[in-house]
Amino acid sequence: MQMDDILLQEAIERYLNNEMSEQERAYFEGLRTSTPEIDQLVVEHAMFQHEMDFYASRRRIKSQLHDTYNNLLQQGILQDGAEKSTGGRIVQLFHRYKRVTGIAAAVGGAIALVISGLVVYFSPVNNNQLVQLSKDIEVIKRNQQYQGKLLNEVKSKIPENARLISGGTGFLIDTRGYLLTNAHVLKGTGAVVINEKGEEFNAAILHIDQQRDLAILKIDDPEYEPLRSLPYGIRKGKSDLGEEIFTLGYPRNDIVYGEGYLSSRSGFNSDTLTYQLQISANPGNSGGPVFNRQGEIIGVLSTRQAQAEGVAFAVKSGFIYSMLADVKKAGTADLDNIKINNRSTLRGLDRKDQITRIENFVFFVKAYQK
Amino acid sequence: MRGDTNEQALLKGLASNDSRAIEALYKDHFGMVQSYILQNNGSYDDARDIFQEAMIALYEKAQSDNFVLTCQIKTYVYSICRRLWLKRLQQQGRFSQSVENLEETVGVEEEIEDHEKRNAAFAIMDRALGSLGEPCKSLLEGYYIQQKDMQQLAAMFGYTNADNAKNQKYKCLMRLKKLFFSQYNIGE
Repeated sequence: MQMDDILLQEAIERYLNNEMSEQERAYFEGLRTSTPEIDQLVVEHAMFQHEMDFYASRRRIKSQLHDTYNNLLQQGILQDGAEKSTGGRIVQLFHRYKRVTGIAAAVGGAIALVISGLVVYFSPVNNNQLVQLSKDIEVIKRNQQYQGKLLNEVKSKIPENARLISGGTGFLIDTRGYLLTNAHVLKGTGAVVINEKGEEFNAAILHIDQQRDLAILKIDDPEYEPLRSLPYGIRKGKSDLGEEIFTLGYPRNDIVYGEGYLSSRSGFNSDTLTYQLQISANPGNSGGPVFNRQGEIIGVLSTRQAQAEGVAFAVKSGFIYSMLADVKKAGTADLDNIKINNRSTLRGLDRKDQITRIENFVFFVKAYQK
Repeated sequence: MRGDTNEQALLKGLASNDSRAIEALYKDHFGMVQSYILQNNGSYDDARDIFQEAMIALYEKAQSDNFVLTCQIKTYVYSICRRLWLKRLQQQGRFSQSVENLEETVGVEEEIEDHEKRNAAFAIMDRALGSLGEPCKSLLEGYYIQQKDMQQLAAMFGYTNADNAKNQKYKCLMRLKKLFFSQYNIGE
């Protein structure tokens, strides 16, 4: 019986490969029409053969491409960046991160960055399922090229020889120039902030709280004229599910408005530090204020979920108060009796009017490494 | 006009596995793709993989009878690579703004979709062959991929005659087909 099966299989293959004589072929086709089982075997094998041919041809081209690539590498016609190195993999990683974070600035800087990188990497907020909304240097670089001329005309306050590392959004919590943003936005040693009119100011990093992912900056620039009182307050209490929210930030060089709603009282993996929001957020929105309808800040936009559309997370505003209390107690930074406003003057205004009053107080933050 | 015929010849060469054509394509276009990927958070390895994917897509497209390339090879390869790379970044959650678009691109959504379907079919066959075990795997690869005849295979695998090899090949083939069709969605 098995011998027959083998013969039949062989016949099917010869039939499909057109290897039968005319007579044999006619006989076999007769067999196909009279025996549905055989016909089905033929159809099935034709399909299999087709897939196998495709598979074989792709295997051939793949190995050919692979060989060609390696030949050209050896001839030095193509480069893979690891040529002159002994530790290819490490060097390659180094090159990659050099571009992203500018590690090469100095050996000391490199070590410091690696350490802080590790801290950030292992802290719970940074998870590869989450995307921090700060922009890395590549993005900013590109924006610079994008509007290259413009930037050349207005002389930047970023020191020469400094590398831009990251960017995000920050907002004033005290009109004397105290700004709040995310810790992960400030990856470098210094920062400049830019308002919605494009005016650039030097800023000092006063305090970084990795745990809460919050940071305080102080504008330190003679050109800065303190604004009149803050239009918004920072909410001390909790916010409610379904609350309508909106944000302003700098995913690009112009300020961008976005709106959504509060979708959960806890964040990623039930993290109680954050709220979950349904809002479209992009790299650069990090550190941006999240307002409720009354114009109170209820959180600081920080991360979004990588796999889900429109899911973002914001550090709850209550933690701004607790961070400030900690800093005052420890006395690690001179906050000069900073006092946070918890009353909003935006209540009941049209959204358009709310935004015109707020936008002067929201800044584009660029962090650099000297 | 000359450029056109040149490109046609290259594609023909690629479709027939001509190594000179493949080398020329690498020389002409790899550098551009590599610098694009390096500038967009990728590594040298990523550049190698993405370019290879694009060459496979072009190869399989060039093999179909009714194939016409409506743009330059350069534009086509760049567009495919760019799309594949953005997709991979997205899958890895390494989303970054991509405003840079220095090269001309063409819409390649359909190509990418086809390519992904073929990738899936390739993976099914690859897994099926991989889980066959030896000597089945090598025997079937020898027959279907290296296209050796039964006589040669019998000698390679130490069977006393071609009939024994045929017998063994039949058993292996039945197992492979079973494995393959258990994964392969015929409706597709």
